[in-house]
Amino acid sequence: MYPHTHHQTNQPILDVQSLTVRYNGHVALDDISFHLHEGERVAVVGPNGAGKSTLFKVVSGVLPPTSGEVNIFGSKPSGHVCIAYIPQRSQVDWNFPLSVADVVMMGRSAKLGPFNWPRKRDWDFVHHALDTVELSNLTTRQIGQLSGGQQQRMFIARALAQEAELMLMDEPLTGLDTPSQEGILSLLDRLKKENVTVMVATHDLDQAANHFERIMLLNHRIIAFEKPDEALRTENLIRAYGGRLHSTDNGSVLTVDDCCDDGEHAHNH
Amino acid sequence: MIVAMMGNMPTIINWFTAPLQYEFMQRGMIAAILVGIVCAVVGTYVVLRGMAFFGDALAHTILPGIALGYLVTGGAREPLFWWALGTAIVASLGIGAISKNAEIKEDTAIGIIFAGMFALGIALISTVRSYTVDLSHFLFGDILSVSTQSLWLILIFGGLVLLVIFAFYKEFTTLSFDPTLAVTLRLPVGLLNNLLLTLIAITVAVSLQTVGVALMVAMLVTPAATAYLLTQRLSNMMLLAAIFASLSGVIGLYFSYYLSIASGAAIVLTATLFFIFAFVWKKIKQL
Repeated sequence: MYPHTHHQTNQPILDVQSLTVRYNGHVALDDISFHLHEGERVAVVGPNGAGKSTLFKVVSGVLPPTSGEVNIFGSKPSGHVCIAYIPQRSQVDWNFPLSVADVVMMGRSAKLGPFNWPRKRDWDFVHHALDTVELSNLTTRQIGQLSGGQQQRMFIARALAQEAELMLMDEPLTGLDTPSQEGILSLLDRLKKENVTVMVATHDLDQAANHFERIMLLNHRIIAFEKPDEALRTENLIRAYGGRLHSTDNGSVLTVDDCCDDGEHAHNH
Repeated sequence: MIVAMMGNMPTIINWFTAPLQYEFMQRGMIAAILVGIVCAVVGTYVVLRGMAFFGDALAHTILPGIALGYLVTGGAREPLFWWALGTAIVASLGIGAISKNAEIKEDTAIGIIFAGMFALGIALISTVRSYTVDLSHFLFGDILSVSTQSLWLILIFGGLVLLVIFAFYKEFTTLSFDPTLAVTLRLPVGLLNNLLLTLIAITVAVSLQTVGVALMVAMLVTPAATAYLLTQRLSNMMLLAAIFASLSGVIGLYFSYYLSIASGAAIVLTATLFFIFAFVWKKIKQL
């Protein structure tokens, strides 16, 4: 077994206190504090370069904080295997000679431990995960032959096989057509039954408002972290997006974002 | 017609068996097959992780180590394996560390080290008067002079490499496909990376006599790349690569015997032909 920490169940699944992250002089996250409840679904919304990916990397223990604290069930992320970081699809080599089942089985690596090969119990996890995301008929398919939505669902299956309790999804809807987006969103709704806590970075304010219990409006600092109608009040949006916000005739708001790659270095405001 | 073919049979069989009456050819064949399998399996990760340049650089970087061993031991071959192995491991981990912390671009840093070390190796060897023959053996291989003792070293260390890859197959694969996942699964990422670099280093030392430092990268990447074109499963890629590499070794040695061309070059050219066939075959299939 690779070492991992046991959970203190009286502690929140995620507790962030005064978190600051600096990259060579530039502040990506500035004094952020919040906590999540178990089973909650949260959308993280903000302009490009607002620090969404950085937040996910620190929470998953991939990147150390400059200062402040991140605790998962009362202890540092680096000891936990219950956090799944689901990457943007553009960050993966889709020509890699792996099948869908191979990738989902990777989620079992931690629980399997060194020198062990998958056993029946692990295959059960993999098949159950693939059932949940409705990919059971594509298990032997090479991953590059999947559609964008299927690729995203495969990653969710991998997180389920990992027995993740906290899923961090970086722009899972970007580049997908509307039916695929709806498929992912309804899948996230179903995950609530499995008591998985979900944080999703997204550009789409409508989807954030319709499918998530709370919205974190982020621009290096937390501008708002509330129920959707509270969080997305116009003054909050203006504080988050600055001049790049326009009101439309029917009263809904539309943000104009000039680029879609979520490079943390792309914009400094 | 049949009679004519029957009449030719002994000649064909003779064509295949004639080289094998020499013990050095037998040892060469065994070495080519063993080295081919090890290079192909390790090479699968080299290809998938885009480490071809690293492999090439590493092979060249060990030349000063070999040269030093050559000067110290007065030209004996067997001890050179240990000099090569030691230098390869130090160079592999060293290049790995530098490429992580470099202030200049990674490939530039590797390029500077590899050319500098290679030049140092040539300089050292050139202090010996009759150096050209030995130098060319280090550069291009000398598979027909593989001794029984060298064969054992290849078997033991090659076997060790395969064993470690088998043991850490899922970790190496996870790390190569999605390093971030490996971190969130709390796999010992730094350790695994260094282990893989060490395996590549051992592979380079094991292959030294077969193809030499200058052609080493071909054994690491060509069979694996050929297999990559033909399969979509990692385990099949390793298996196919091992088959292509072994066949290249054997067929290459026959070419070398009958056409009197350098053995290392013949093996690499055969592997290259396999790649070209696979490439063309795939293009035709896609039409």
